[in-house]
Amino acid sequence: MDCYTANWNPLGDSAFYRKYELYSMDWDLKEELKDCLVAAAPYGGPIALLRNCWRKEKAASMRPVLEIYSASGMPLASLLWKSGPVVALGWSAEEELLCVQEDGAVLVYGLHGDFRRHFSMGNEVLQNRVLDARIFHTEFGSGVAILTGAYRFTLSANVGDLKLRRMPEVPGLQSAPSCWTTLCHDRVTHILLAVGPDLYLLDHATCSTVTPAGLAPGVSSFLQMAVSFTYRYLALFTDTGYIWMGTASLKEKLCEFNCNIRAPPKQMVWCSRPRSKEKAVVVAWERRLMVVGNAPESIQFVLDEDSYLVPELDGVRIFSRSTHEFLHEVPVASEEIFKIASMAPGALLLEAQKEYEKESQKADEYLREIQELGQLVQAVQQCIEAAGHEHQPDMQKSLLRAASFGKCFLDRFPPDSFVRMCQDLRVLNAIRDYHIGIPLTYSQYKQLTIQVLLDRLVLRRLYPLAIQICEYLRLPEVQGVSRILAHWACYKVQQKDVSDEDVARAINQKLGDTPGVSYSDIAARAYGCGRTELAIKLLEYEPRSGEQVPLLLKMKRSKLALSKAIESGDTDLVFTVLLHLKNELNRGDFFMTLRNQPMALSLYRQFCKHQELDTLKDLYNQDDNHQELGSFHIRASYASEERIEGRVASLQTAADAFYKAKNEFAAKATEDQMRLLRLQRRLEDELGGHFLDLSLHDTVTTLILGGHNKRAEQLARDFRIPDKRLWWLKLAALANLEDWEELEKFSKSKKSPIGYLPFVEICMKQHNKYEAKKYASRVSPEQKVKALLLVGDVAQAADVAIEHRNETELSLVLSHCTGATDGATADKIQRARAQAQKK
Amino acid sequence: MAFPHRLDAPELPDFSMLKRLARDQLIYLLEQLPGKKDLFIEADLMSPLDRIANVSILKQHEVDKLYKVENKPALSSNEQLCFLVRPRIKNMRYIANLVNADKLAGRFRKYKVILTPQKFYACEMVLEEEGVYGDVSCDEWAFSLLPLDVDLLSMELPEFFRDYFLEGDQRWINTVAQALHLLSTLYGPFPNCYGIGRCAKMSYDLWRKLEEEEDSETKGRRPEIGHIFLLDRDMDFVTALCSQVVYEGLVDDTFRIKCGSVDFGPEVTSSDKSLKVLLNAEDKVFNEIRNEHFSNVFGFLSQKARNLQAQYDRRRGMDIKQMKNFVSQELKGLKQEHRLLSLHIGACESIMKKKTKQDFQELIKTEHALLEGFNIRESTSYIEEHIDRQVSPIESLRLMCLLSITENGLIPKDYRSLKTQYLQSYGPEHLLTFSNLRRAGLLTEQAPGDTLTAVENKVSKLVTDKAADTRWNLAQISSPGKITDAFSSLAKRSNFRAISKKLNLIPRVDGEYDLKVPRDMAYVFSGAYVPLSCRIIEQVLERRSWQGLDEVVRLLNCSEFAFTDMAKEDKASSESLRLILVVFLGGCTFSEISALRFLGREKGYRFIFLTTAITNSARLMEAMSEVKA
Repeated sequence: MDCYTANWNPLGDSAFYRKYELYSMDWDLKEELKDCLVAAAPYGGPIALLRNCWRKEKAASMRPVLEIYSASGMPLASLLWKSGPVVALGWSAEEELLCVQEDGAVLVYGLHGDFRRHFSMGNEVLQNRVLDARIFHTEFGSGVAILTGAYRFTLSANVGDLKLRRMPEVPGLQSAPSCWTTLCHDRVTHILLAVGPDLYLLDHATCSTVTPAGLAPGVSSFLQMAVSFTYRYLALFTDTGYIWMGTASLKEKLCEFNCNIRAPPKQMVWCSRPRSKEKAVVVAWERRLMVVGNAPESIQFVLDEDSYLVPELDGVRIFSRSTHEFLHEVPVASEEIFKIASMAPGALLLEAQKEYEKESQKADEYLREIQELGQLVQAVQQCIEAAGHEHQPDMQKSLLRAASFGKCFLDRFPPDSFVRMCQDLRVLNAIRDYHIGIPLTYSQYKQLTIQVLLDRLVLRRLYPLAIQICEYLRLPEVQGVSRILAHWACYKVQQKDVSDEDVARAINQKLGDTPGVSYSDIAARAYGCGRTELAIKLLEYEPRSGEQVPLLLKMKRSKLALSKAIESGDTDLVFTVLLHLKNELNRGDFFMTLRNQPMALSLYRQFCKHQELDTLKDLYNQDDNHQELGSFHIRASYASEERIEGRVASLQTAADAFYKAKNEFAAKATEDQMRLLRLQRRLEDELGGHFLDLSLHDTVTTLILGGHNKRAEQLARDFRIPDKRLWWLKLAALANLEDWEELEKFSKSKKSPIGYLPFVEICMKQHNKYEAKKYASRVSPEQKVKALLLVGDVAQAADVAIEHRNETELSLVLSHCTGATDGATADKIQRARAQAQKK
Repeated sequence: MAFPHRLDAPELPDFSMLKRLARDQLIYLLEQLPGKKDLFIEADLMSPLDRIANVSILKQHEVDKLYKVENKPALSSNEQLCFLVRPRIKNMRYIANLVNADKLAGRFRKYKVILTPQKFYACEMVLEEEGVYGDVSCDEWAFSLLPLDVDLLSMELPEFFRDYFLEGDQRWINTVAQALHLLSTLYGPFPNCYGIGRCAKMSYDLWRKLEEEEDSETKGRRPEIGHIFLLDRDMDFVTALCSQVVYEGLVDDTFRIKCGSVDFGPEVTSSDKSLKVLLNAEDKVFNEIRNEHFSNVFGFLSQKARNLQAQYDRRRGMDIKQMKNFVSQELKGLKQEHRLLSLHIGACESIMKKKTKQDFQELIKTEHALLEGFNIRESTSYIEEHIDRQVSPIESLRLMCLLSITENGLIPKDYRSLKTQYLQSYGPEHLLTFSNLRRAGLLTEQAPGDTLTAVENKVSKLVTDKAADTRWNLAQISSPGKITDAFSSLAKRSNFRAISKKLNLIPRVDGEYDLKVPRDMAYVFSGAYVPLSCRIIEQVLERRSWQGLDEVVRLLNCSEFAFTDMAKEDKASSESLRLILVVFLGGCTFSEISALRFLGREKGYRFIFLTTAITNSARLMEAMSEVKA
């Protein structure tokens, strides 16, 4: 315990910095670090090395090797570099390796050295070459900035959505800037560059000169600049060995320091915790490391080997050939507890717990002391927090034990902070293991979130660990286990040496029907690897048939896609496939396919009805569907033909089709229609007036109304209008004309096939009681009562009804008897009824 | 007289939430096109839209002028045009033409198309083919359920019937599934599902799929509605083809209720203006008579008028204070009631006038004869006369279909002659109508061997000639005579006949059927016929399954299904288990609604209706008719 703070170095009065070892590196480096392009991803990410053979003499003809290691030095990939000279390496936020070539091409590799894609930084670069490049991270993703041989900057703020921006020119710039960096402010990326004693700030449109506030005089050149992890602060190193630290806007100075070393540092990075008041930068030379902050003295370390600094959210990682260390400001909770002679509640609690384990009564004394001050809650919280910042599991445990011990003396201390810390530490310790090699600190882990961490494990193909973590943290399946299994499956399909059946079976065995797993996504991946058969096998496991369709189409399995689409019941999907098929197949095959799928066929027909009438006809033709073909031509005779000849021709085609369909009725009806049309045309020509498109009935009526009785009768004969209809028709027409004489003549022409009641009715409708009465006498006995009532002869109606002895008729008459006038009649009926009942 | 709800009747869920949802979504879509814009609305959507967001709400969201989508060039001079239409190819063509005309004239405007209830790929295809896909933005307004009343939800998709049952187009099934999904998200899952028909099954399957895909939070929800019953219209065309005689149905048949409201013409309002009246449970007078047989309505209304007068008369003999009280508290209500009362009396008179003119009693008599299957010859000649006299093309067609369905098709001779007569009367273009009706199974020819023997024919004539004459007058509609069991067994081997017998659809009645105190659902057809659809629902609910109905299902020639989720049912309250959502795919009639409301009162259930649209015989026939372009 006494020596626990031995590696703590004070900077000024209030802050301590400590450096501890993360891993001892057992990577077998062939090259010196200083000969290599080095890129290490933040958040404990992987390290990429590429021997920089292009900077030196051209002599080195050997192709260099690109090597990728985990943070603990475990080799992840190694590949022979076959492309052009590389200027810079960098990792994107998705842990993809970006290699910026001299010709402006950027090659993107995965963590395992798998080539992903490439893009270019613009044509202008081709000529001028790339002098320097930086990969930087903003809230939108990862960006690339390059400096060309013409001393112009081009950048893209997000390589995922590539938009190149050429920055404005710096006036009068004749040589490369001595140093430069990207700044990110208000969602806009700027470039800050130093040329001699001047600093220029480039945004999208303008170039402006800036001066750091309170910069010491006598600076003739800036050798190095560093921007903090969050882009909030900036440090400048001048040729006078002077370091200026301030805000990124350069408008405010935080502190300055003169280190009296004029040699340009190899690297300079910020080292500060979020929300800490202390700001410090770490400056590295060949064999010297210096931590500089707001204090007259700096902390100095000696470097035994070539080292490389990796800025992190809350500190700096330093790795060399043999070790990997972490340098950071000691967090407040740890400082409180471990500071020598600290009387902070956490420190006392830790002490108390230790005494308790020794079964010493001192434990009680310490505890009492904390309790008297009422600081037990605070003590527990301090211990929990400090545990999070410790790297060594032993120390974590003793702090947590102390917290747990303290909790015993508290009522209602909410347990979740303690539980959560235990869980988080367990996860952190697991991933810090050198086999895994992700040395995240607690703050980094919280910033990164568990979801991203899981993604990174998946990216490293550490599926079992990821699943264990999900299960341990009890993450919901969809976010956790299923997602990882899906990723695993996507990796699995890329294993080319395993047969399709085995892969499909293995995947289905493991995944089953885990919720949230999309088999179609996995199949898409399989197809992407050129394994179509496997993709189809995998799609069979996809429960949502709608999901299968797009991929099947892509794989040109359109017919299968069609049946799947129909299965899904989603007509839109069916339609999508149909249009695909229509373009893919020739017309005959397309129609044949449709024929076997009635649902698709009716859908397509509906579309054709409105959009492609000719196709519709072809469809019917293809199917020998003469009935529909006939209907089609009839419709056409109304819709598209204006002239009578055209319409008749259309109808003739229809009639022929109906004959073929053995629908003689329709054929005859159509022929009749043709006849009628021609006749109507002739009538219009000869008599004038409007006849076209009237029904047969209306045509005859119109003729009678126009006084062309002869013609009407001729027509009736020609079209064999039944007698009944003719009588109804004439009756209505003559009544309409109020030609009572003709009507009477007509009624006497022969015995009416419709009886005489309609005559009575129609006369009454025209309010001609006189005529109506004429016919009432001729009405057949069973309708007589009704007729008499119609003409208003209630008394006679009653007589007839009584004569008929028909109960229904009697009540009918009775209901027509109104008040005083028919009183006698009503009595008569009642009497007749009574009599009938007696019998 | 109007049946009050039983005291233990379960409360209905609040469906106004659906309106709010639709309104908010529409406003969101309108706001996506900021600034002033003109709105083009498809004619069919105007009434439903009005129920969701009236003109002032539209104006609030910077809708400047409203236009109807019609085949005329648009006169709008606005720089932003918004179209609110159904996803039909016709509409897309209209929009495409408009955009292309603008382009020709060198005009650039912003166009937004809002398709409701959903987008179809085919529509976007048309825009693409016409070369305007990039010029317009297409959005979806998922407005699929309009609450027309406290217990009635309509999808307002009358074309569903023709599209599915005639053209075999299944695209609306997805819309139905989406609507059901929405209901289960809002009102909890349904523990019991029953259905009959192919479309019902497909809708159900698609709906289930949607629920599964969304591993939703609804799983843990308490069900608010205990049962859902889906049925296809084509399993029961008969009921939909009958003339309606309950008040609401009769109003629909006579005046056409559109989207829950009706336009009463001058003959009803007894003024020179037409009046648009909302018909729902909020209309107190209407609510009491809507489910009544028409013969009771007039009596009820006059009683009501007398009561109202009595209430007015209380004024006499009031002192100042009482009078003040009366004026401030009761008068307004009385006046409102008075207004409604006079409207409904006017409607009744108008109905009476129309119905007597058309020999309504003869018509009803024929219908009942068809339902019971006697006097077929006489009915056929009645129909023939109906056609010869050109009474009404739609009515004639309806009777032909009713004859065909109840008789399992027309005998070939009648099939030909009726069609010939029809074409002569109403025009040759109806040849296409007949082709449609045949395809939909509404008007078919009997297969050989299905015909009655001559003897059977004679016997049935003998029986039916004795059938009592019925009449239609204000006092009552008496029930028609019944054939005895022995004779009805001689009836045809028609499926409807067989089903009717199995399910006892033609109630045997001794003496008169008292329509004032109905004893079964047959009252909606004057006691002559229990609606098949409603009887099926009753039977399944009673059994809680299709067990024992195998024969009926076989005769209906439909597949049936039933699922019960015990886990969900355990969660449901006993109250919610008495709530039943009935989904009519292809439309339902007001008579069916009245019949089920009656059933609910008898059994202590409460029914909620979801229909693709309100329908009646005329709408069905019009959907099948081909008219000259």
